Amino acid sequence: MAPFLLKRIFHGVAVLWVVATLTFVLLRLTPGGPFDRERKLPPQVVANLEAKYHLDESFFKQYLRYLTGVVRGDLGPSYKYLDRGVNDIVRDTLPTSALLGALAIAFALAVSIPAGLFAAYCRGSWIDRWLMISASIGISMPHFILGAVLIWALALQLNWFHAARWDALSSAVLPTITLGAAPAAYLSALLRSSLIETLGEDFIRTARAKGITEAGVLFKHAFSQSLIPMLTVMGPLTATLLTGSFVVEYVFAIPGMGRFFITAVTDRDYPLIMGVTLIYTALLVSANLIVDLLYGIVDPRIRSQ
Amino acid sequence: MTTATTQHRNFRRFDALAGAGAVFIMIVLLSGFAVPWISPYGSGELREDNLLAGPSWTHPMGTDALGRDLLTRVLYGARVSMTVGIGTALIALIIGTTYGLVSGFKGGHIDDFMMRLVDIFYGLPDMLIFILLSLLFGKSIGGLLVALGLVTWVRFARITRGQVLQAKEFVYVEGARAMGAPRRRILMRHILPNILGPILVTLTFSIPAAILAESTLSFIGLGINDPYSGWGTSWGTLAQDGWRAMRAYPHIIFFPAAAIVLTILAFNTVGNALRDLLDPRTR
Repeated sequence: MAPFLLKRIFHGVAVLWVVATLTFVLLRLTPGGPFDRERKLPPQVVANLEAKYHLDESFFKQYLRYLTGVVRGDLGPSYKYLDRGVNDIVRDTLPTSALLGALAIAFALAVSIPAGLFAAYCRGSWIDRWLMISASIGISMPHFILGAVLIWALALQLNWFHAARWDALSSAVLPTITLGAAPAAYLSALLRSSLIETLGEDFIRTARAKGITEAGVLFKHAFSQSLIPMLTVMGPLTATLLTGSFVVEYVFAIPGMGRFFITAVTDRDYPLIMGVTLIYTALLVSANLIVDLLYGIVDPRIRSQ
Repeated sequence: MTTATTQHRNFRRFDALAGAGAVFIMIVLLSGFAVPWISPYGSGELREDNLLAGPSWTHPMGTDALGRDLLTRVLYGARVSMTVGIGTALIALIIGTTYGLVSGFKGGHIDDFMMRLVDIFYGLPDMLIFILLSLLFGKSIGGLLVALGLVTWVRFARITRGQVLQAKEFVYVEGARAMGAPRRRILMRHILPNILGPILVTLTFSIPAAILAESTLSFIGLGINDPYSGWGTSWGTLAQDGWRAMRAYPHIIFFPAAAIVLTILAFNTVGNALRDLLDPRTR
């Protein structure tokens, strides 16, 4: 277990390094500088700014300075928010985004497990068909449109929720549904097809022959087999959730990291863009690591390898 | 238990859905590219006496805040979305398939290295890379096409490589090799034609993915932003215009949003049907 863990951690650090390097190069290649304004700044001001942020140093020196900073846990200053460093911004906004992501995953699992089991149980019936049609609509629905529909119907027409506030638990309901709907739809379709595939296996026939009811076969024998494919997509799903969080935070005006990322791109706040990109990558790498560890728990065969 | 007849009926039902999807795609495609000739209004024609009008006979989708006919704008948007979707898919197809063919066919260390690179890209959130790349390539349609293509190709690379690895083991490929066929011929004549199915399915699914990404980027203001282009305004930008006026004039966001959802849904249904058709195991 320990060598496996070490190898995976090393791999994760390598991914972070590659992403940091690529992003750094990309941002330096980008036409236009962070201090370009509609009205040109006096050359002396630009020179002072560049000296302050070490932009006058050679490319390689800047790169080394940034990397050593990251290793020490310092993501650098923000060009836009003069009183706050990137670390402060991440500390303030990451918990909000993480909460939203966790709620969305919980929502997706709470919807998809019953829906998938139910669709598999009455496969071929109209219930199954309607569940799967709604799943494909859920997969096709962009976050911003689902968010707009929910706001229009539940906030503006029925007044059940506030359109854009982030202060109480109730203000998390609409963003959670918006972010969690696509994963919920995807997971239910996956669970259903994996259950139906498992139902054709020999051990299911044996279980049926022993006289176990159809529901018992499904819940006890087939469901545990479907956990592996569910786990496999959890890694990519985390990536989808991160992506979705940009848009959902934008639509619902939630003060999370995604919204800061979008404004950082518009403001060309390079250290903030870099910092948020690295945090996202680190989150993704850890999510994949956790999924790998969970494999070992769910499937003993993998543990022994 | 599903019997053969209900399975058959299910298949035909989905076939009808896919057919409807294909027809819808054709209509959007044709009307999107024919709009300069079929619409009585110009895409930027302002009418100050008719601002924010609801749907009517003369303006089936109403007009926007500047009095422009919304149906005309949505159709111009169709041209943008279809160009982005199909263009991205084709760019990704060319890069990804070539990469996957080489990686799978060469095997060994080259394959290991090439796939390590793909894995890094594959794992990262698409939208993150789009946004970073769009900084570099600018906010025109061309720039966005390149940015989207550079993200989407990894899917083709992975699928193609996996298929090549399988196809390499087929008896007829072994036979061709035994008869001394050159490697290029084996690759192009014996392997490629047999793996076209999964590649076609990937192609069908990457078009709606690109349309979704483009409209989302445009909605949050990081997508196509080229006000002087006569090519049209993205559905995402139209939806953004409507979003700001949603409380009082919901029709302005409704129509572009419906266009996005229906188009993506249509492509996904066609993709599902194609996948079932080409791979009977998933039926």
